[in-house]
Amino acid sequence: MKILYFAWLRDKAGMSEWQVSPPPGIVTVGALIDWLAAQNASQAEVFADRSVVRVAVNQDFAEADTPVGPGDEVAFFPPVTGG
Amino acid sequence: MIRVQREAFDVGREIAALTAGNTRIGGVASFVGLVRDLGGLRSMTLEHYPGMTERQLELIDAEAHRRWPLEASLIVHRYGRLEPGDPIVLTITASAHRQAAFDSCNFLMDWLKTEAPFWKREEGADGERWVTARADDDAARERWRETG
Repeated sequence: MKILYFAWLRDKAGMSEWQVSPPPGIVTVGALIDWLAAQNASQAEVFADRSVVRVAVNQDFAEADTPVGPGDEVAFFPPVTGG
Repeated sequence: MIRVQREAFDVGREIAALTAGNTRIGGVASFVGLVRDLGGLRSMTLEHYPGMTERQLELIDAEAHRRWPLEASLIVHRYGRLEPGDPIVLTITASAHRQAAFDSCNFLMDWLKTEAPFWKREEGADGERWVTARADDDAARERWRETG
């Protein structure tokens, strides 16, 4: 599974992407966030305030109950500020 | 149509290209967003999510065509480093009648403000900062919610 970070979430993560292999029980965005946040201190920082974290799975907006699995591209970013 | 590019755009040329050969068009509306400086801004860098950006802009464009009888439309959004006064975004809508053009152009901007994965970082005399999202933008999108 490919994890991407954008804008200031990338700054907090200290990287723009990484490959992860969560355990088989991690099948939703919400569970994935719980698992990522427990991996290390910078990941805990990324997900410290989940109200400002937006998620996309395979480039579509997603919610906590959106399914995720091996091979998916999951991106985390703050609320968008384009236009 | 949608485009994501680093380069500037020429509004007149884009309108001419979009409307060429289609005499059913009776009205064209356009909006250009510029880098605003209310004091101290040196530059702004727009980051985006390549792939998702195009996908979301396509969805927004298709939604405008679903809601209004449009003959043509265009969204151009820039990324990279921009300076105060530089154009960031362009939306153009063309229809037989003006109301559809005006309304859909407004709609495109309201939706892309909250749905297109772009993030602005401002560089000023006192350093850099990420621009935070505005509640106004969410409210502006909400007024297009379809009821019933």
